Amino acid sequence: MLREILKEADEILRKSHVLENKGGNVRKIIDKDKISKEDLFILLTDNSDETLILMANKAKRLTERYFGKVITLFTPLYLSNYCLSPCEYCGFSAKLQIPRKKLKEEEIIREYEAIKQTSIDSILLLTGCDKINTPFEYILYAVKLAKKYFSEISIEAYPMEEEEYRVLVKEGLTGVVQYQETYNEETYKKLHPVGPKSDYEYRLHTQERALNAGVYEVTVGVLLGINDPYEDVFKSILHAEYLSQKYPKAEINISFPRFRDPKTGFKPKYQVNEKLLLRFIFCARIYLPHVGITISTRENSRFRDNIIGYGVTKMSAGSKTTVGGYAQTETTSVQFETDDRRTVNEVINAIKNRGYRPEFTNWIKGGLY
Amino acid sequence: MGLIIDNTIINNRLFVGTGKLPDYSVIPKMHEELKIEVFAVAVRRINPEINKGYSILDFLPKTAKIMINTSGARNHKEAVKIAEIGRELTGSDWVKIEISGELKYLLPDNEETIKAAEILVKDGFKVFPYISPDLIVAKKLEEIGVSAVMPLGSPIGSNKGIDCETLLKAIINEISIPVIIDAGIGRPSHASKAMELGADAVLINTAIATSNDPFKMAEAFNLAVKAGRIAYEIGLPEEKDYADASSPLIDFIKGIR
Repeated sequence: MLREILKEADEILRKSHVLENKGGNVRKIIDKDKISKEDLFILLTDNSDETLILMANKAKRLTERYFGKVITLFTPLYLSNYCLSPCEYCGFSAKLQIPRKKLKEEEIIREYEAIKQTSIDSILLLTGCDKINTPFEYILYAVKLAKKYFSEISIEAYPMEEEEYRVLVKEGLTGVVQYQETYNEETYKKLHPVGPKSDYEYRLHTQERALNAGVYEVTVGVLLGINDPYEDVFKSILHAEYLSQKYPKAEINISFPRFRDPKTGFKPKYQVNEKLLLRFIFCARIYLPHVGITISTRENSRFRDNIIGYGVTKMSAGSKTTVGGYAQTETTSVQFETDDRRTVNEVINAIKNRGYRPEFTNWIKGGLY
Repeated sequence: MGLIIDNTIINNRLFVGTGKLPDYSVIPKMHEELKIEVFAVAVRRINPEINKGYSILDFLPKTAKIMINTSGARNHKEAVKIAEIGRELTGSDWVKIEISGELKYLLPDNEETIKAAEILVKDGFKVFPYISPDLIVAKKLEEIGVSAVMPLGSPIGSNKGIDCETLLKAIINEISIPVIIDAGIGRPSHASKAMELGADAVLINTAIATSNDPFKMAEAFNLAVKAGRIAYEIGLPEEKDYADASSPLIDFIKGIR
């Protein structure tokens, strides 16, 4: 079913030159109640500032209606930088000769305590794609420990089996973040020829396995820059739509991480500037008014402050992309460079200054099971 | 006259939802200055362990009535669990059952709501189920022993007002427990309309929270709710398509010999 939707997207992409000629329709599309897939593509590829402003206004109205004047904050914690996948675009790539580190139990606790001190109540636990150095049991243990500190616990690790997610949900897992990196299968295979990430199909259905296992929310996304961004954003929005139709009670999120140089020498083929990123965010909001949109500290503080109210519902804050780094000063190299390096408190104040309320708690502490 | 729910007199028929507010500090102000008594609070947003000044519990006045809600529940079992946790955290046994059937229109799952109501009423809660306006569902809930029903005026956040008047009227006319219209009310005039129809109270969240000045907008809704209620209690005149002679003239005509 998801495969059919992606095929349909390819059909639309093939006839995109015809669609682009309908540029004059953009205003009408923005005013529509229900936007078709073709319309979405026209909105994504339009390039006028005037319609971008109209889209911003509609995105604001829809965001307020569904989410109110609230931004939920979370912090990511890298548990390990061990990775078996040789992704050239990543600072933790298996190919790189960098010191590897995995947090031990007492280190994890210290990191949790340090993050908790900043008021953060929602955590995202990350590992590399490495079932040997960070096996399921390791992640399970980290989730169990996190339950004592945080009300919302998400993971961004390697794709797992439904049964594994089920065990994690019982221990407090609330969400799964998994980026497809690119939806273009050919590019995907080129970038991930070997290793645990080479199975495009298995990764593609990660969110469904997690939702079948009972997580409350999942996040989809791509790494903007490694493939044609219009194709990738179009398909990731359709993926989010597919999930929200199949799992109407689940909270679906979409994220638009832009490539940030991890100093590996990798040069992305495509550039996504801030204006295009704004367009992508507005399009996602207009097409899927009820879907959450996450923005990370990859983006700078000026961009992040200005986007508040216009589509985004979740922001990371005070983030480190080293392994640990909240409690201890001795850290590893980064997975990618962050741009917004403000403390959680500074981000809280920036949200308040925009007339919004920072929300910390988004689920019931300790879970329901 | 105040609204009596389970032996509690509620003088203000405007109930306020808190989830979308830009700043919780407006809550005590609404309570003190506008005399708003009932505030709906999602259990999923309550964490008493969170740093001081960030938990909604720091802002809820002691004299206010907290209506906890089960938002986020996907089925009746989760709703029951959330209600129990919420009672533990707030000490309030007023629970709005909110079980979303889907998140796009945020329409409630009436079937699961009935199941949750059965359990929660037995468990001693004062139960306020949020439902799509279906008279049969409302009657079943009344029989179960809920304290009021909360049918939606139109989908949450839609600001479309009383979009299903006939169905709401059927509930207001046919059941004897209070009817609180929840969701979709976007303007003070919508709230007046709900009260004129005979609703016992309204619950507003989005329209107040996302306005440019939530306190001022709450004030506007407060006046509108009062106006609508007074008009309802006095009795509204029937709408007619033609001019009607006023009674002094009728008396005069009858008096001519």
